[in-house]
Amino acid sequence: MGIVNVTNLKKVYGEFQAVNEISFSIEQGEVFGFLGPNGAGKTSTINMMIGLSKPTGGHIMIDGIDAIKDIKQVQKIIGIIPDENNLYDEMNGFNNLCFCASLYGIPKKEREKRAMELLEQFNLTKAGKRPFKAYSKGMKRKLTIAAGIIHNPKILFLDEPTTGIDVESARQIRELILDLKKQGKTIFITTHYIEEAERICDRIAFIVNGKIVKIGTLTESMENVEGEHKIKLQLNSSIKDMKEELENSFVNCRVEIPDENSCLIISKERVALFPILQLLDNKGISVYEAKAIKPSLEDVFVKVTGIEASKLKKEKEKAGK
Amino acid sequence: MQTLIAFWNILKKDIENYYLKPPNISWGIIFPLSWTLMQLIRSPGNIGIVELLPGLMSMSVLFGTTSMLAVTITFERKGRSFDRLLLAPISISTLVFAKILGAVLFGIVNAFVPVVFAAFFINLSGVNWGITVIAVILIAITSALLGLLIAISAKEVFEAQTFSNFFRFPMLFLCGLFVPIAKLPVILKPISFLLPLTYGTDILNGVITGNSIFGTIFNIFIMLVFAALLFYLCQRNIKEKWIL
Ligand SMILES: Nc1ncnc2c1ncn2[C@@H]1O[C@H](COP(=O)(O)OP(=O)(O)OP(=O)(O)O)[C@@H](O)[C@H]1O
Ligand SMILES: [Mg+2]
Repeated sequence: MGIVNVTNLKKVYGEFQAVNEISFSIEQGEVFGFLGPNGAGKTSTINMMIGLSKPTGGHIMIDGIDAIKDIKQVQKIIGIIPDENNLYDEMNGFNNLCFCASLYGIPKKEREKRAMELLEQFNLTKAGKRPFKAYSKGMKRKLTIAAGIIHNPKILFLDEPTTGIDVESARQIRELILDLKKQGKTIFITTHYIEEAERICDRIAFIVNGKIVKIGTLTESMENVEGEHKIKLQLNSSIKDMKEELENSFVNCRVEIPDENSCLIISKERVALFPILQLLDNKGISVYEAKAIKPSLEDVFVKVTGIEASKLKKEKEKAGK
Repeated sequence: MQTLIAFWNILKKDIENYYLKPPNISWGIIFPLSWTLMQLIRSPGNIGIVELLPGLMSMSVLFGTTSMLAVTITFERKGRSFDRLLLAPISISTLVFAKILGAVLFGIVNAFVPVVFAAFFINLSGVNWGITVIAVILIAITSALLGLLIAISAKEVFEAQTFSNFFRFPMLFLCGLFVPIAKLPVILKPISFLLPLTYGTDILNGVITGNSIFGTIFNIFIMLVFAALLFYLCQRNIKEKWIL
């Protein structure tokens, strides 16, 4: 049992099933990622968990509280960073933060202190006096995150924290998220950036068309996607004409020659390398390097979702505009 | 205590960001003011002013609250900042109460603009101010709740504006503000008695001119029933329409 437990959660809009009986749990202190393309049902899932939307079916338990029956109790301990920067345009950064803190019942002195600290931590001290509408996109995103953590929540929900902002701001935000993890927060993050999921998530759920198609730790996800092991050898000359001989000598292996000076040894089970190296050496071929080829998260994504990673990239570029 | 902090800050933010902003102050004050002056010019003679005053007060409250609330809430909904209030650990009724209170206070202030002007022309010393204030508060509360109900149904700011005009202009004529209900066509009378403003204006008529249809206690009771009903409807509709 994790700190968050979701079972058979379902959301239907009219005829359309946006979230299709998904189940998952999040451990305390973990960064759990929802990775999926536009319209996969990420925001719909978050909205049901935080009380902005009513589930059509299923159960949500957060920190031992039934989030469907007792959402106001849950809202005390969660922080929310929505997909849009929804602070008050006319109010300045400092007042925006103080107002958000007041919604959680934090007394004036304390919320002002917190707001100052956060502005400083997010490099927004100067901008704190300017109205929110005058902020750049990256600054708006940072202030929205600050507003989501001002009441020091135990569990954080971040809906696409880095979509549509420049590389440097995105990097800072990822650092901040990792800082929050270090402070012991449990973090639920949605993203359609594969690299982001790879960099900050402990476990990832791939969500497509309202369904979780794969769920697991990074290593679990990366392991054995294709059910085979790949070793790449760097050689001093081509072994094109030796492919058959190698495959005949090592019946469990397949050999591929991607380019002139290298070859791939592919096998279902792990194989001992020494005999292969010895055979090559006998033929006068030197092996300079042997490397296990692990699939990237991108490969995993393509494999489990059937969606080309390049398509996901295009979508995120569109979202960025 | 925590709820109180949230409540007070929601109210304070609305007052600072909306009700004390120059365009709204002028809208709230100039409109009743120009109407007052217009009526004064139309009907010279001091008896006219006394008879006009209750209607002018009701109108000032109605115009000061209904659209203010409908527009500001629709605006916050569109910018999604309203989600923050729905996501705060406060009950929906606390939220409704905090949101309408700003509009109610604004409406009460507006109600006394025509009174101040009328005081230059007529002697108002015989008026029971206690009951007048109660009536104004009740009109403000029901009008604000009506504005909130409109906001819950509107998606765009212009829709909120249109809906609130759709309700309040007919109310000017149906609720005995300037045309006595007795003089309305028979088919319209039942509608008049379904509108809370009728009872609020009737209290004001009673204390200021001495001509009322019902007794004050009855009117106050009916207004309270309307307020409770509208409050319940607002709460229910927010849960149904905003938490999808
Ligand atoms: N209120 C609604 N009414 C009808 N359909 C909706 C509603 N909200 C979302 N949907 C639909 O549900 C599906 C899932 O939407 P959702 O916003 O959860 O996706 P997402 O994974 O967050 O996508 P994105 O990456 O674009 O944010 C989409 O097809 C969307 O059109
Ligand atoms: Mg989304």
